[in-house]
Amino acid sequence: MTTAAGTTLPEWELPLTPTLIVSTAIATRDFQDVHHDRDLAQGHGSKDIFMNILTTTGLVQKYVGDWARTVVGPDFRIAGCALRLGAPAYPYDTMTFSGTVVDDESAPAGATVVDVLGSVSLGNHVNARVTVVNP
Amino acid sequence: MSTNHPEVEPRRDHDWIMARVEEFKATGETEPRVARDPINQPMINNWLEAIGETDPRYKDGIAPPAMAQVWTMYGLDPTRPANDPLHGTMQMFDEAGFHSVLGTNCDQTYARDVRVGETVSITTRLESVVGPKVTGVGEGYFVTTLNTWWVGHGDDREAVATMLFRVLKFKPAKRAAKVDKTQLVRPQMNQDTEYFWQGTAIGELRIQKCNACGELRHPPGPMCPTCHAHDRGYVVASGKGTVFSFIVHHAPQLPGKELPVTLALIELEEGLRMIGEVQGNRDQIAIGAPVEVAFEKIDDDLTLAQWSVVA
Repeated sequence: MTTAAGTTLPEWELPLTPTLIVSTAIATRDFQDVHHDRDLAQGHGSKDIFMNILTTTGLVQKYVGDWARTVVGPDFRIAGCALRLGAPAYPYDTMTFSGTVVDDESAPAGATVVDVLGSVSLGNHVNARVTVVNP
Repeated sequence: MSTNHPEVEPRRDHDWIMARVEEFKATGETEPRVARDPINQPMINNWLEAIGETDPRYKDGIAPPAMAQVWTMYGLDPTRPANDPLHGTMQMFDEAGFHSVLGTNCDQTYARDVRVGETVSITTRLESVVGPKVTGVGEGYFVTTLNTWWVGHGDDREAVATMLFRVLKFKPAKRAAKVDKTQLVRPQMNQDTEYFWQGTAIGELRIQKCNACGELRHPPGPMCPTCHAHDRGYVVASGKGTVFSFIVHHAPQLPGKELPVTLALIELEEGLRMIGEVQGNRDQIAIGAPVEVAFEKIDDDLTLAQWSVVA
């Protein structure tokens, strides 16, 4: 396996259960009602509760990390993670992660940069650029 | 008698917003706010379980970088320090009528791993406010704050992570309803009414006429209510009239219609009344207002006679 630009990461399909949405919100100490209380979330005009941003950050880094651990090496370190957020991630949907290694001249020398897409039925939930370094 | 000088409410316009933004920016970076807890394994373990993260290093004292913000989350305490620039900016936009918020960007950098036992603190400053921009969800402003997490204090402090966080603070746009007008409830077309719909199809507003006694009638029927003759014809109306009465229908939803719809009882020049929808200049509708007919083709089978207020 390689970290050459164009290399694709294996896809990861994550079922978005209410338990996932709520447990990750609480584990990230994000107690905004829209992440755990459906009645209030709907009162705010949302279809349902939805995933918080700290969780999206964690899932993107788990996705890249699971790949980097074997391809880059177990001592890899994530140096940066830039998220562009899109469609909300609601319960009972599925998030599909895909990733591609890209050239990024602004990244530190030797870094591996991965563009990640997390998509849900409504479209792109997140476009992320993750910078992985191998100390 | 004393003269009252009532406080004039400031206009919450763009200039007001940007002046407040400059005030927030001028305050610069906040004082460090210390995390509730030192970095600790139980909170890491809860996070690992919820996220499904299995990297063994995080079981062994290294905090996942994605937890950077977790340590300084406010938790359930609803109070915020007065100097929190993101919170203050959000409140200011609420006052200006931009009530909705949407996270758009979250860019984090991690200078080094942080470990169990270390305590981080956070500083925040308002980086930029850009707007107003018309976006897919509505008009709003992009508000960007720059957050830095530190270990240590004073001159010895070390920046361990940063986060550029951007939200869109916006007024939700009224959704342009995508209505398929062909789904409307279709009028009955039969032997008694077909003359009317054949007329609308070619731009004529037709009124039924009794060929025996000459009386005009609407709505149409098989028999003259006056002379009881069955001999029907029609005349073409001028298409002009006045509003006799009207309602504006807001709910419930009607198939094929974008609400609200204005429905009027039109008094025709010919002396009869006819119900129809008023579309043109409907904001100027009033009882007695002059109207004229306008034909709306729904599809090949149906053209409706609608009405426009003559401005």
